Amino acid sequence: MPPSSSPPASAAIPANHPVEILRFNTCGSVDDGKSTLIGRLLYDSKSLMEDQIETLERSADITGGGQINLANLTDGLRAEREQGITIDVAYRYFATPRRKFIVADTPGHLQYTRNMVTGASSSNLAVVLVDARLGVIEQSRRHTYLTSLLRIPHLVIAVNKLDLVGWSEERFLEIRDAFESFLPLLDIKDVKFIPLSALNGDNVVDSSKHTPWYNGPNLLAHLETVHIGSDWNLHGFRFPVQWVNRPNNPRNASLHDFRGLSGQIAGGIVKVGQKVMILPSGLKSRVKEIWTLGGSLPEAFCPQSVTLVLEDDMDVSRGDQIVGLDLLPGMSTDLHAQVCWMNPRPLQRGRNYYLKHTTQTLQAIVTSLENRIDIHTFEPQPDPAELGMNDIGEIRIKTAKPVVYDGYGTNRLTGSFILIEQGTNQTVAAGMLMPPQEPVRPEYNDFAI
Amino acid sequence: MNIYHLDHLQYLETEAIHIIREVAAEFERPALMFSGGKDSICLLRLAEKAFRPADIPTPFLNVDTGHHFPELNTFRDRRAAELGGKLIIRRVEDAIRNGIAIPNPGEISRNKLQIPTLLAAIEEFRFDCCIGGARRDEEKARAKERFFSFRDAFGQWDPKNQRPEIWNLYNGRINPGEHMRVFPLSNWTEMDVWEYIRREKLEVPTIYFSHRRTCVRRQDQWLPVNDLIPPKPGERVRELVVRVRTIGDIISTGMVESPADTVDDIIAEISAARVTERGSRADDKSSEAAMEDRKKQGYF
Ligand SMILES: Nc1nc2c(ncn2[C@@H]2O[C@H](COP(=O)(O)OP(=O)(O)O)[C@@H](O)[C@H]2O)c(=O)[nH]1
Repeated sequence: MPPSSSPPASAAIPANHPVEILRFNTCGSVDDGKSTLIGRLLYDSKSLMEDQIETLERSADITGGGQINLANLTDGLRAEREQGITIDVAYRYFATPRRKFIVADTPGHLQYTRNMVTGASSSNLAVVLVDARLGVIEQSRRHTYLTSLLRIPHLVIAVNKLDLVGWSEERFLEIRDAFESFLPLLDIKDVKFIPLSALNGDNVVDSSKHTPWYNGPNLLAHLETVHIGSDWNLHGFRFPVQWVNRPNNPRNASLHDFRGLSGQIAGGIVKVGQKVMILPSGLKSRVKEIWTLGGSLPEAFCPQSVTLVLEDDMDVSRGDQIVGLDLLPGMSTDLHAQVCWMNPRPLQRGRNYYLKHTTQTLQAIVTSLENRIDIHTFEPQPDPAELGMNDIGEIRIKTAKPVVYDGYGTNRLTGSFILIEQGTNQTVAAGMLMPPQEPVRPEYNDFAI
Repeated sequence: MNIYHLDHLQYLETEAIHIIREVAAEFERPALMFSGGKDSICLLRLAEKAFRPADIPTPFLNVDTGHHFPELNTFRDRRAAELGGKLIIRRVEDAIRNGIAIPNPGEISRNKLQIPTLLAAIEEFRFDCCIGGARRDEEKARAKERFFSFRDAFGQWDPKNQRPEIWNLYNGRINPGEHMRVFPLSNWTEMDVWEYIRREKLEVPTIYFSHRRTCVRRQDQWLPVNDLIPPKPGERVRELVVRVRTIGDIISTGMVESPADTVDDIIAEISAARVTERGSRADDKSSEAAMEDRKKQGYF
């Protein structure tokens, strides 16, 4: 394992320098080089410590015939080492002076869809690895499709093992063209193609002298600079009430009547004095105070966790949603969604599940299976009998109480849900809601004001 | 960066507060594990942020191995009292006496004995959820840990059968007898913890800062000399200027030589560090799969 030649990015963070977090996931089929790539990023950004290197060397003697294997860094569990594959999602952390990175490493075998959805749901960016010798294979299409389905805002296609194709620009362009032939079918705003060799470190942390024809950034430089400021939704205030804050016998008498609504802002911005609506009741009030331990705030935004105090004392509880009046969400007991099925027992019409959406968990029944996506063509096949493990399809669901929601494309937090199997309590599906037909039309008007 | 933007600590903070509130809302009898160590100090501050101005609704739980640093216990008791929380302590010694924890002959480490002691406490108080301060970057086996980590009726973790965790939708549903371990600091690194301690001006036990201590060289590290580990003939004993990076039991916590006596110094030291935190704990070194084995049995 040759160390990289140029000086590493320092892991030191200067004091009081604002540092952002970028979350990304890596995907590729088995042996495309994911583990090597992550190992490389950790190693070259000097995020590896002495004892980790020591462990690496120790296991190199046992399993690797004496050769250090960067992939071992991310293959955590014994079962995996025995089987020689990664079985689940593993998280890794590294930092440069500019950003902190949370990496979800998702393995590329058959359970792939389930694992990728688990690892990538909160990602800002996805890295899809392609073996330059193999080019675009079915898995590459699947990973790209999932990136689009999950609305991960940024995509990097890392064309790996370029050393094995003689650093050929032609091969790189061929692969890029193959992707570009189907990217327009998908919903991905920002795509970058980077030629690299994870094994040797070319274009990972340092720009490679083997690819003079490539003028773009190396992978780390791109991860450090890609614009993620607008990845959270700042339009349309959404506040799912998580916990009602009601001090019992407070020592401080002024808190005697304190009734706060605690939660994490799931969309938009809220200001003191702003008029808001509580759903599903449709009652209106104004924000009197935005309470935090550090003091009251004049405004707060997604994804901050705060405690709101309203001007009127109303019956609000966990699962209710407080929303701004400018962009109203949808509200319905009939939901239409894309789901990714994650359980060996298939999804069938008529089955009951718990549906968890924002902070509420409801009884729900699957009323119809509209289609199943053919992962080769991205074409929907209508009226499937069931959705099996790792299938993606559109379904309709009826819930016992109304759900206040947005389309997943508009808001990843208020547009998503999970299904939980009753009895086993397994999480069996990830759901992405279609945009509401129309915004909520509350029955009550300015009743409470 | 626009003004509606969180820096990394603010992001980690809001993620953790969200998780802690989910626990309070979805579980009937949660507990918060508080040892007095730096991670659980952050956890307590996050609990304050999650629940104030109301009281923190969970009791604090600590398994006392009997091999704790005395400074740590003093700090733990004082901090819990200051926060007005109920502190529940269950001792490995009592568990041994009651036959709940059975030591291997000749083994002085209390590390494994924490497991049955903790599980007995969970049963005694019928806790359905324990919030802990573990971080994924501490150790390889933890890298796969979920925020909500399901434990079966025997308290065991099954790494092959974890619930998918998607967006910020945590599935906290359990059947009677089962419980959940929840780790709000999963995404924090050692550096984040210290930066948070600095930003929030949190007090930490003095053993994290540089002090003089008599140490003995054993297993490639400096261990603090005390009644439990008297130096053997021929062992190197020195008085050194040291601090701890991670606190385990007094018989296994490696002291690192360091002049760092402020949080700023510690942060500077970590930036330049060459040994990960757990590298200074003797119990993890025995085998690469050590942590994984303990976790499966119900270790924190
Ligand atoms: N020649 C060459 N081999 C590579 C490169 N990246 C990874 N490999 C090798 O490909 C194999 C699979 O890599 P690994 O990281 O384990 O793949 P994963 O299954 O995607 O995690 C290993 O033998 C690596 O050494 C590369 O850029 N060039």
